[in-house]
Order: sequence, then structure tokens, then C-alpha cells
Amino acid sequence: MQVRGLAKRYGDLEAVRGIDFDVAPGETFGFLGPNGAGKSTTINVLCTLVRPTAGSARVAGHDVVSERDDVRRNIGLVFQDTTLDGYLSAEQNLRLHAELYGVPRDAVGPRMRQVLDMVGLWERRASRVMTFSGGMKRRLEIARGFLHSPRVLFLDEPTIGLDPQTRHHIWTYIRELKRREDITIFLTTHYMDEAEYCDRIAIMDHGRIIVIDTPAALKASVGTDRVQIQTDDDAAAIAALQERFGLEATVAEGQVTFGVAEGDQFVPRLFAELGVPIRAVRVARPSLDDVFMSYTGTTIRDAEATATDRLRPMARMMAR
Amino acid sequence: MAGEATATGTAPVARVRVPARSWRGDARAVKIVWQRELIRFGQDRLRIVTSLVQPFLFLFVLGTGLSRIASAGTHGVDLRTFVYPGVLCMAVLFTAMFSAASLVWDREFGFLREMMVAPVRRSSLVIGKCLGGATVASIQGVIVIALAGLVGVPYAPTLLLGVFALQLLLAFAITAFGVMAAARITQMQSFMALMQMVMMPMFFLAGALFPVSGLPRWLELLNRLDPLTYAVDPMRRIVFTHLDISPAARHALDPGVTWFGWRVPGALEAAVVALLGALMLAIAIVEFSRAE
Repeated sequence: MQVRGLAKRYGDLEAVRGIDFDVAPGETFGFLGPNGAGKSTTINVLCTLVRPTAGSARVAGHDVVSERDDVRRNIGLVFQDTTLDGYLSAEQNLRLHAELYGVPRDAVGPRMRQVLDMVGLWERRASRVMTFSGGMKRRLEIARGFLHSPRVLFLDEPTIGLDPQTRHHIWTYIRELKRREDITIFLTTHYMDEAEYCDRIAIMDHGRIIVIDTPAALKASVGTDRVQIQTDDDAAAIAALQERFGLEATVAEGQVTFGVAEGDQFVPRLFAELGVPIRAVRVARPSLDDVFMSYTGTTIRDAEATATDRLRPMARMMAR
Repeated sequence: MAGEATATGTAPVARVRVPARSWRGDARAVKIVWQRELIRFGQDRLRIVTSLVQPFLFLFVLGTGLSRIASAGTHGVDLRTFVYPGVLCMAVLFTAMFSAASLVWDREFGFLREMMVAPVRRSSLVIGKCLGGATVASIQGVIVIALAGLVGVPYAPTLLLGVFALQLLLAFAITAFGVMAAARITQMQSFMALMQMVMMPMFFLAGALFPVSGLPRWLELLNRLDPLTYAVDPMRRIVFTHLDISPAARHALDPGVTWFGWRVPGALEAAVVALLGALMLAIAIVEFSRAE
């Protein structure tokens, strides 16, 4: 996959403002960012549903504008919202998909069995989809996305709105399918823990890509570990940290929090020199939350809140 | 293809190759979209029953009730026999519109996206949808055709065949109209409002319930502009040629549609319906083929 200078504008709103990236075959590539960052628009362009205003993109070696059909033959899609026909059974939904994609007739049966087995829905194949739980619907959609053996699978927020346990299951299925079929996966998410499954991540905000790298490299680039301490006198502790170690600390989640390189080695010094009694201490390696924060200056949750404000004019425009 | 094993998989992996776009692929798409309409219709028994209520009311309640005061003007012909072609057209009209409305649901529930990203021509999706809607509406029409004997319409093979062909044509044209509208109208409430606004006037103006000659100028003009007129009139003509009635009754009840005094042949009327259907189908295809 190859994307160059891609941009999409809806009226006054610049949803995507010129992005470049490449995805290698077999890679799992994640788009991380708050709602409204332009992730879904990018996916819609890559899967040929939306025409870009500028730039170009090639998916599975084909141009998304001039070779639309070739792109479509080679991609599988799992959208943010369900796109199943609730009145049809799981099997009927898959059969419809197979027919639309021209899957050879003799291959439909075995392939359908295989993908349904992989997501654990073979026993429920005759049930109407409207009787399925959210997690089952999502699994069925993933199975459907795989049905025609795409070379690239797009997952737009594949686990949004699901409980943590179901999310974990979905990921088990996705990884198993990927292991078997060796395809490229392009996903968007705003869950940090999901981004950890990716080989590489692009952090996106305000329609731009801020940084692209592996999760480990991104975390390393933050450089500091996060240390949280509980004290009897937070104000004194913050002042002491500033004075003795030159560290900026804040109170987050009711604890004095600061970043420091090699935090585990810093803890003994902290106890010896702080001069304020410490009741508890916790050292955490940098998470992708910290990465997001260090690149965008805001947490992903705060970014979501402001993004909702930014999108409001668009929602109005669409309601018209 | 099927059964090809890979090095990593424990079970043989049935790999699939999606073939390049072809006429065969598009034909398969038409067929599956059509099939889906039938499956959905078959599951929705309530819809089959409810859509029969209206024709029953018109035919047996209104028809029977009014026949007493109308008997003076019908020259001995049962009023229900007279309104039968109109009521049949109405049944088809409503069912076809509802079939087209399902496209708006598909959009709201996201299923339309699944079809829109498939590697097939959008036209095959639209054609499949129109054929599906037409088939479903015709099934409804056949149920009404089966009632013919109850209202004095004979079960003559040529009559049944002609009426069936006309209602099939009408069903296709109306579904094409509905699909065309659904391309632009994305909300169910708006779509339903438009349908109400279009269907009732179409039904009343078409001469389903009254003969189309000797009308006031304004009504005659509106009647001739109503596309449904050109389905009701030939259907009535077919029914009346199989009735054994006086020339006076025939003249009063089945005067036929005229353009500036020229009686329009039934074949031309059917062609008008077919042409309008084809035109709306073409517009629908263009609408759906546009990318964002």
C-alpha cells in the first residue's frame, strides 16, 4: 500500500490534510488517533468509497481512483458500524458476499465453513443475524471480510463498543486469521492497547500524520518512565522534586506523577533524597498513552472531547 | 483454489481467488440481490398480509357498498368488476414502493455499504433490486389476480396472461421509480412522506375508480399525465373484452384513454409504462454510480 499526499475535503472541513505512508505486504499497520482525526475518511478513500480531493493511493498495487474494481477485488472490509443484513442468517449473509465477489461456486461451501469455524460461529450459521450479540456480529463481519481471501483487510475500529473480554476474543480471532492467511491488515483504533498489536503505528491528529513507527520505538522515543508516588503532602513533594531533581510533577489520578529516565533506578535516590515521606510508589514503562501525549501535547481522551466540538459544524451540515 | 493447503495452517485452507470483473460476475450480483429480496419477502409474512388489506377494502367493502348507489350508471355491470383492474394496480403500486423503501433501510442499517464496495457494477445492484421489487410486487399481484372470480372477472387464459404481464411491467416501473427516489432520499420518514404524497394522487387520478371519458378538463389533463393511467386502462380493456356486456355499458365504463380525441392503443400504453420504467432505472443507475 502506497499513499502520497492524500487529502480529502468536505466543504470547509479538511478531514485529511495531505498524508504519506507505505504499508508493506503482511504488515499490521495501525492508525491511532481520536475520533474526528481523519482515520475513517482515510479508510473510505483507500477502500474506494470516497474519492480523494488530492494525492494518490495504491492498494494491493492498484490505484484507488482509476483501478477501483481491482482494488475492491483485493480488499476485505470490516466497518465501524455493522453492515450485516439482520433478517438473513449468518450463512445467507456470507453467501451473498461470496456471490457479490464472484467467489467460484465450488469454493464457496468449504471456504464458508472454514471462516465460520475460525470465528466459532459454524454452529450458529442458520440463525438470523438479528439474534446475535454485538461480539458475534463483529466476528461474523470479520469472517465475511476474510471470505474472499483479500490481500488487504481493513478494520475500522474493529472492537468499538464491545466489552473488554469480547475485544480480547476478537483480537485472538484476528491474529489467528492473520497467521493463517498472511495478509496485510490496516486498522484504525483509538484504543491504546489495541495499537500494541500493530507492527507499526501512525499517530493521526487533525487530519495529519504526526509520527509513524513501531510501538516499541515510539515508546522508547518518549524516553522517560512514568513514576507515581503517594505522599502525605503532595505540594511539598512537588516542590521538593522540582528543587532537588529538577523534575516537573503534577497531580494526576490523585497521585504525584512525573516522568523520569530509567525510573526503576531513580526510586532509591528518590527515597533517600526527597525529604517528604512516601507511602507508595509505582513505576510504569511508557505506554502509548504517553506517546500520544508527548507528540500531540494532549491525552487521547482530551483530544476526543475537543474533536467532538470540531465535528459539530459538520454534523449540522449533514443534517441539512 | 478449494482445498489448497498452506504450510502454516493445521486445516487445509480453502483459498479463494476473486476473478476479474466480468458479465458473469455482474449477472451473479443481479441474481443474489434479487434473491435477497425474495428471501426477505418470504420471511415477512406480516407484510404479505397487511399489503392485502387495502385491496380487500377497496374491492369488497368500498366496491360492495358503492355498488348500490352506482348501479344506475353501470349498465348492469358489477362495480367491483369495474374497479378490479384499478385495485390490482394499487396493490402492485404499494408493494413495489415498499420494496424500494427497503433500500433506505439498507442505507440506514449500513448494509448498502457492503454492496457498494463489492467489485461489481453498481448497475447490477440497481437492476437486481428493481427486479426483486418487481417480483415481490407481482407475487402480491398474483394473489389479487386469483381473486378475479369473486368479482365477476372470468379466468380466461388470455385475460390472466395479459393482466399478469401488465402488472409485472407496472411493478418494475414503480420499483425503478422508488429506487431512483431512494438514491437521493436517505431518511425513512422523508421517503415515506414522499411516497404518500405521490401514491395516493397517482392512484386517484389514474381512473382506477371512475371511467376516464367525459371528465372536466382539469381532471382529464391530470389523468392523462398520470403514468398509472397507462397501466390501469389497458388492463381494464383486457378485462372488458372478456365480459359479455352491452355496447352501451362498454362505451360508458371502458371508453379508453384518448389523446386529443385519438384512442391510444393498449400496446402504446404499455410502451409508455415500459419507457418510463426504463428511464427511471437509467436515472437510478447513474445516481448510484456516482462516487462521493
